[in-house]
Amino acid sequence: MSDPERSSAPEQPAEPGTLAARWNVKQRAGGIAVPIATVLLAFFMGGVVVAATQHSVHKALLAYRDIFNGAGLNWIFHPTTNLLDISAYNLSQTLLQTSTLILTGLAVAFAFRCGMFNIGGQGQYFMGIIVANWIGVSLVGMSSLPHILLALALGTVAGAVWAGIAGVLKATVGAHEVISTIMLNWIAYWFGSWLFGDGGPLQNSTQPTIPISDQVSPGARLPDFWGAQGFQGVHVGVFIALAALVVFWALVNRTTLGYEVRAVGFNPDAAAYGGINVKKNLIRAMAISGAFAGLAGAIDMLGGTTNYQFGQLDIPVSQVGFIGIAVALLGRNTALGTLLGALLFGGLLFGTTHGLNSGAVIQPELAGNLTYIIEGLVILFVGADVLVLWVWNTPRRLFRKRAKPATSTAELPA
Amino acid sequence: MGDHVADELVLEMRGIRKEFPGVVANDDVSFDVRRGEVHALLGENGAGKSTLMNILYGLYRPDAGEIRLNGKPVSFSSARDAIDAGIGMVHQHFMLIPVMTVAENVVLGTEPVRNGIFLDERGADKRVAEMAKTFNFAVDPDAFVEDISVGQQQRVEIMKALYRNADLLILDEPTAVLTPQEASDLFEILQTLRREGISIIFISHKLNEVLEIADRITVLRRGKTIETVPRAGATEASLARAMVGRDVLLRVDKEPAQPGDVLLTVQDLHVRDEREIERVRGVSFDVRAGEIVGIAGVDGNGQTELIDALTGLQRIESGTVTIGGRELSHPDARTALDAGIGHIPEDRQRRGLVLEFTIAENIALHDYAQPPTARFGWLFPRRMIDRARTLIREFDIRGGGPQTRAGGLSGGNQQKLVAAREIDRDPKVLIAAQPTRGLDVGAIEYLHRRLVTERDEGRAILLVSLELDEILSLSDRILVMYEGEIVGEHTGEVSEEAIGLEMLGGREPTAA
Repeated sequence: MSDPERSSAPEQPAEPGTLAARWNVKQRAGGIAVPIATVLLAFFMGGVVVAATQHSVHKALLAYRDIFNGAGLNWIFHPTTNLLDISAYNLSQTLLQTSTLILTGLAVAFAFRCGMFNIGGQGQYFMGIIVANWIGVSLVGMSSLPHILLALALGTVAGAVWAGIAGVLKATVGAHEVISTIMLNWIAYWFGSWLFGDGGPLQNSTQPTIPISDQVSPGARLPDFWGAQGFQGVHVGVFIALAALVVFWALVNRTTLGYEVRAVGFNPDAAAYGGINVKKNLIRAMAISGAFAGLAGAIDMLGGTTNYQFGQLDIPVSQVGFIGIAVALLGRNTALGTLLGALLFGGLLFGTTHGLNSGAVIQPELAGNLTYIIEGLVILFVGADVLVLWVWNTPRRLFRKRAKPATSTAELPA
Repeated sequence: MGDHVADELVLEMRGIRKEFPGVVANDDVSFDVRRGEVHALLGENGAGKSTLMNILYGLYRPDAGEIRLNGKPVSFSSARDAIDAGIGMVHQHFMLIPVMTVAENVVLGTEPVRNGIFLDERGADKRVAEMAKTFNFAVDPDAFVEDISVGQQQRVEIMKALYRNADLLILDEPTAVLTPQEASDLFEILQTLRREGISIIFISHKLNEVLEIADRITVLRRGKTIETVPRAGATEASLARAMVGRDVLLRVDKEPAQPGDVLLTVQDLHVRDEREIERVRGVSFDVRAGEIVGIAGVDGNGQTELIDALTGLQRIESGTVTIGGRELSHPDARTALDAGIGHIPEDRQRRGLVLEFTIAENIALHDYAQPPTARFGWLFPRRMIDRARTLIREFDIRGGGPQTRAGGLSGGNQQKLVAAREIDRDPKVLIAAQPTRGLDVGAIEYLHRRLVTERDEGRAILLVSLELDEILSLSDRILVMYEGEIVGEHTGEVSEEAIGLEMLGGREPTAA
């Protein structure tokens, strides 16, 4: 070759086939600016909703100030380790919420790296809750550390098995994971509802009228590292979640398993040609994905919650598995991105419910919905990031259009 | 032949410029077409041929420049505008509906209508039949498209354009899908069309065809017009030089083969595809060390399934594959690789590369889990990158370093990357399927030389190609595959016609 060859991209646009590959192309096109723009746009639209319903732009700004304070972020202005301080307390709750979301976010991100969309984080989280509760309640005689580790491990395995079912179904009969994980969510939900409900095998033994599980025995609870008497403290689950981020990163980027996962995710045909067992990887990636969500459930059970009520209605009380989707999408399925996304949504979840509950700015019953509005907008914008890219590129496009006639007339023969 | 070519210009494109982010695809390109002329547009991949034609066809808007059709300036904002102005385009991939008849396909979208709403089927049939007769198309208007040959389907595409009153036809690499016989039929039709005053733009990168059919030839290189020359006086060498920018060795230089031990033996192989249709029906052959065995055949005669079976990507129904004396029964991709098969797949973008992976990661695609790249499941990216750097140098892969995404490379460099990986594994048997498909002359020259070098190194090379020229110039022995069977074997001199006939299933009593 005499000339260095150039990319012939504009002539033959490569059209990657898989979800992960298409995603990758879009992500590269926008850089870090797109997720930030996505969040700002979502916040802006949320503000418009508040301003419109409350007939006041001022109130919208106040609402965001209260969310900020409600999430405990004003703690940085006067840091204190005293949990009785309101900002410190708020921050501690934001951290707890964040650790759960890190794990449910990683669950979505890992499956995504293998080209699959795990919408079943919620069900896998429920299975983690159920198994961790069962172990935490039943093996009362065990010494504390092994008890905790066993409950965490089995909760994790429960999530892995639950997601693994969807993986097996996809690998063997081609059932799409989006459909099967959604159905598994409901199976987990009603399974828990039966276990912990009226007359269920794991229903509360001291109060047989309440459809709720027993309390996890004190020895199986995660120890707090930042706490105050009578308050819910911050347990070591935060560190487990942070460790999970490191594990995720290393697994994806530094192991042969991660190489296989990424190869299958980007191009299953090429992976098979390379000698990689695609079906095995689909099942394994799904199981690992579910393990993260199961761990989230186990940590929540052994940490703050200690008992659980599924309710008898069609509305699950928890949404952390679904918010994990927004976390992962916003975080571009990377470890660092997931951390940032989890911080954002952790703060938002706690900040809207606890910062706006005074009713001073907007009605408290509307406050929680603001979280859902912003969450929904983020998912919408992330999903439609072609749109965001389009908005992003508008100035350049407008400039070109104006420039074009000038150049073409200049080059016309006289 | 030139007497029908009037000097009247049907199309003038002047100073066309089109920029994509990071690439100037067309830079001050000028191009014109006379009435009743076949004007070839020649250039390597990425030279800007498709961009120019997409601008003409209203799919892209030029950043600068002027288009005049029959002397009047035009500006198309969609293909519909171009069609209305009398431009027809026949793409490489046909856009026909297989379950509809020829006539239905031709009139689709502009159906003749009776009483306002009813499809005038007889009217449609009649017009299509008249057209087929005028231009000598030899296509039955009532036949279903799925039942006719690829060459006939292409004629249906041309009829579609003519039905819409096109007087300027763009043919995008029309012979890429045709057998030699079908190609010469097409050329006859093109001669008829130009006698009727239809102008034709013939996009190609095959020099011999261009010299056979074109009245004038315009060469593009890296987005610029290099020259427009009449056919008289142009030679393959002069055109290749214009395309690449330097002298190109068009013939493959090779010593006679020195075949050694048999490294690949295929015995009575039967393979079914996903739909359980038997695509390979009792194929037996062997390939020796130090020889290139070429398999010729029209696309879809079982070549793909044969290769997939040899490389463990498709289940073997019955029969045996022996590599280097070791028999593989029902190999998967991993056992085939371990047995010493290297495979340059026919579709480098779908199968040969993970386009989102870096060059280094792609080079590790077969042995990412083996030392030194990995140990106990842990990857050492540094070592992957070092190895990639060596191979990039050895195989002259241009356009990026070890950490460049493979998808960002040009087709030729992507193929070099695949070849580098497969050859570096030191395979006993190297299977090269369509190794130069879609590549430009420079890259083709490199890969051909490399295959001969690897042959001389003592590898057994199985070459599968739809390009008969490639088979003829590289192979020491030629097998012809037709409907899943080997129908001919040739060593030494053999005519293109004889093989072409066998490729279509007609057996000639030629002794091998």
